[in-house]
Amino acid sequence: MASLAADFVGIKSPNPFWLASAPPTDKEYNVVRAFRAGWGGVVWKTLGAEGPPIVNVNGPRYGVVWGPDRRVLGLNNIELITDRPLEVNLREIKQVKRDWPDRAMVVSLMVPCDEESWKAILARVEDTGADGVELNFGCPHGMSERGMGSAVGQVPEYIEMVTRWCKMHSRMPVIVKLTPNITDIRWAARAARRGGADAVSLINTINSITAVDLDRFAPEPMIDGKGTHGGYCGPAVKPIALNMVAEIARDAETRGLPVSGIGGVTTWRDAAEFMALGAGNVQVCTAAMTYGFRIVQEMISGLSQYLDARGMGLSDLVGRAVPNVTDWQYLNLSYITKARIDQDLCISCGRCYAACEDTSHQAIWMKPGRIFEVNDAECVACNLCVDVCPVADCITMERLAPGTVDPRTGRVVPEDYANWTTHPNNPMARAAE
Amino acid sequence: MSNSQLTPGVVPGRLPAEAIAANFADVAPPLDAHEAHVAADRCYFCHDAPCITACPTAIDIPLFIRQIATGTPGAAAKTIWDQNILGGMCARVCPTETLCEEACVREAAEGRPVEIGRLQRFATDAAMAAGGHPYARAAPTGRRVAVVGAGPAGLACAHRLAMHGHEVTVYDARPKPGGLNEYGIAAYKTTGGFAQAEVEWLLAIGGITVETGRAVGADVTLDDLRARFDAVFLGIGLGGVNALGAQGEGLASDAVDFIARLRQADDLAALPVGRDVVVVGGGMTAVDTAVQSRLLGAENVTIVYRRGRERMGASGHEQDHAAAAGVKIVTNAMPAAVHGEGAVREVEFAYAEDGPGGLRPTGETFRLKADQVFKAIGQRLAGVPAGLAVEGGRIRVEGPGRTSLPGVWAGGDCTGGGEDLTVTAVAQGRDAAEDIHARLAAR
Ligand SMILES: Cc1cc2nc3c(=O)[nH]c(=O)nc-3n(C[C@H](O)[C@H](O)[C@H](O)COP(=O)(O)OP(=O)(O)OC[C@H]3O[C@@H](n4cnc5c(N)ncnc54)[C@H](O)[C@@H]3O)c2cc1C
Ligand SMILES: Cc1cc2nc3c(=O)[nH]c(=O)nc-3n(C[C@H](O)[C@H](O)[C@H](O)COP(=O)(O)O)c2cc1C
Ligand code: SF4
Ligand code: SF4
Ligand code: SF4
Repeated sequence: MASLAADFVGIKSPNPFWLASAPPTDKEYNVVRAFRAGWGGVVWKTLGAEGPPIVNVNGPRYGVVWGPDRRVLGLNNIELITDRPLEVNLREIKQVKRDWPDRAMVVSLMVPCDEESWKAILARVEDTGADGVELNFGCPHGMSERGMGSAVGQVPEYIEMVTRWCKMHSRMPVIVKLTPNITDIRWAARAARRGGADAVSLINTINSITAVDLDRFAPEPMIDGKGTHGGYCGPAVKPIALNMVAEIARDAETRGLPVSGIGGVTTWRDAAEFMALGAGNVQVCTAAMTYGFRIVQEMISGLSQYLDARGMGLSDLVGRAVPNVTDWQYLNLSYITKARIDQDLCISCGRCYAACEDTSHQAIWMKPGRIFEVNDAECVACNLCVDVCPVADCITMERLAPGTVDPRTGRVVPEDYANWTTHPNNPMARAAE
Repeated sequence: MSNSQLTPGVVPGRLPAEAIAANFADVAPPLDAHEAHVAADRCYFCHDAPCITACPTAIDIPLFIRQIATGTPGAAAKTIWDQNILGGMCARVCPTETLCEEACVREAAEGRPVEIGRLQRFATDAAMAAGGHPYARAAPTGRRVAVVGAGPAGLACAHRLAMHGHEVTVYDARPKPGGLNEYGIAAYKTTGGFAQAEVEWLLAIGGITVETGRAVGADVTLDDLRARFDAVFLGIGLGGVNALGAQGEGLASDAVDFIARLRQADDLAALPVGRDVVVVGGGMTAVDTAVQSRLLGAENVTIVYRRGRERMGASGHEQDHAAAAGVKIVTNAMPAAVHGEGAVREVEFAYAEDGPGGLRPTGETFRLKADQVFKAIGQRLAGVPAGLAVEGGRIRVEGPGRTSLPGVWAGGDCTGGGEDLTVTAVAQGRDAAEDIHARLAAR
């Protein structure tokens, strides 16, 4: 079985599956249960500065988006950072690290935006023997209104400044956790790198309202008739997180910066996808909150099997898909496909027809006896039909061989790769050299 | 002295009352809201959906299922009733496995169709429980229509006519309206007095007067109705029973009568049933008779059908239902004689081959011990008013139920065309009503 042992910025863990800073990592009791279940590491629930503990709401703190069988597709929360006294957390962190020396113990931090506050807390964390710190610049609610969390994460200069303080006042690796509530993630990542960050982790939660109660006319989660935006996470956010991870992996200024991938990781496959896009490990929150800690066993077995089947090691996986992430303008316009319907698999539901006829290119015929066929003369290869077909592999996109004629355009399918940058319709086209 | 399953003869109370009550409970209990939500999500919302084509009343199935999925069962029920005003009953009694669910693309894909019938019941139950009647009548037209027969065909016709503003009088020979919904359908398919509740709900539209205990032909004549009304609709079903043509036929009972008695019984434990019951026939009536005999406590129940299993009118699903109830099905055997003095003792059957030239006895015979024998070999048209053309044993109709007599329409079992099912009767009653309405409006 492939070894899943991971080394992330010098922090070792038996596998790359960490629990993200959140309720599952808020106290010794949970973290010990997690380690027993097999998690490779944790990022402890965010600690604040010394002083009176944080106060959370006493009503519901989660909103949810369900699939039909009440499968949790997305979760939203209005929880703040830990509401337990700082000393209690520090004492427990120290104890757990001592009892579980092979597991990664990273401590998430969020203190006011001044050098003294950061210096003070860093010293105390270092004293616990923790492996590193994660700077929470992401929390989108409650703390941001107090000038912390995403209020810092949305201003690249602040990210750089605080990161620099942390590197100055601590020997521990510093991971900067990024908020997705920005227009371009690369600015935040570049700032973290300039400040000396050892790694970035992303994404934190996304500003959201999960639903509106149509009887009481208030957003969910609702407390005494009112609601506020909360942070969205879970399977629904994965595509957004994957893109942000890839952006950082291929940006000239941040390329090579270690990334801890977070956002909707639910299965080994999600984890593998994050890693293929450049993440050195992953962090999980919602999946654990939905199903409990035992899911890590499936992640471990699934990822090992996948690596074994391909004869790959964990490090072979990391970043393997990055070279294939490109800009639209470099996509091969000579690659021409057509939808093909496998009549043996087709169950004649007509969804492809409705989709193409009503909303796309009128490229599917409905023939007597509910036979559905593609009209190559109209098919633009958008693949909407594939997406809506309820039968897997029933519709496939088949490439037209170079040299044949595309019945839609009447032109010969070119042999050679050609993209938009040299396309005759592009006013800015460079002459092909 | 209490009876048991082993008591000889035809006696009541073969099982404890509680056991009988449990046996006759809802055969397909309703879906709860969550189950309905999950079941509804399985629908693909097909284009020009094959399930709609397969439904004799052409309910917009994908639409009503989507309305359930989005939490509006009331709107779903309206979609159903727009096409089929007895959608509640049909949800319970339709052999969906040979109708909409057979056509469902998920049946083709994985042998597990969307549960259309149960979803239909979920929607109509929810909407009926919410109370009220969802249709208003159009302005009165001053036209009067007589409907003969308060079965599914007659009721569907009457409702649609009332909706269009006509004044309707429904005559039925029986003491209660509903036709076979009330007197024929298996008890466990329509529990809790649903048939009468649905009729009441349907009549809430107004403009419909029901006169029960009034047989056309005996108490009032068709000519009389034609003279007094602007149009007449006949939905008289099949009142007669086919003969066995076997020796000792007089000892056999009519299955439909037995079921009617069962449906009307206040106390099922007081209803007598044989220890050894033989049912002759192969359709829904045969299965319902056999199964309900078992549920009342008969020890041995055998259905004997003259042809092969694949020719049976009862669907595979119903045959399985019978088997699960402990009913034995014997095929390719015709009744030769019913033996016994005063009471049945045994029935003699002749094995038969079903060849191109029809049924041919093989010469081999056997006897089944029996103290009760039911004829369930089909009903036939009875009491057709004079002057109506009959064809193939049914009232002849053209298009939407036009009979050979001007101003007289007919639909349901008493006419040919389509299977003898509740849902077919509803479709024919509805379509005839539209045709009557168009004709009256043009006058
Ligand atoms: C035992 C049994 C079980 C069945 N089970 C099912 C099932 O599970 N699912 C299904 O879809 N179908 C089933 N059917 C078939 C279904 O019940 C019929 O197809 C349907 O009821 C036909 O409706 P209708 O309105 O044409 O006739 P009916 O329901 O027979 O109604 C005819 C009405 O007309 C009245 N009438 C007759 N003559 C006169 C007259 N001269 N004057 C006044 N009134 C008169 C009768 O009293 C009766 O009320 C079953 C039938 C039987 C016999
Ligand atoms: C209830 C809740 C509380 C959270 N609290 C914190 C926190 O204190 N600090 C932090 O950095 N992230 C916090 N997060 C964000 C998670 O660590 C993680 O970034 C996010 O949930 C995305 O991962 P997921 O899709 O696996 O849940 C919290 C998330 C949830 C659901
Ligand atoms: S690929 Fe797009 S255009 Fe072609 S048939 Fe499918 S839906 Fe229509
Ligand atoms: S969507 Fe798929 S299964 Fe349905 S008709 Fe089209 S090809 Fe066939
Ligand atoms: S055929 Fe089945 S899946 Fe398609 S619309 Fe009808 S019920 Fe839904």
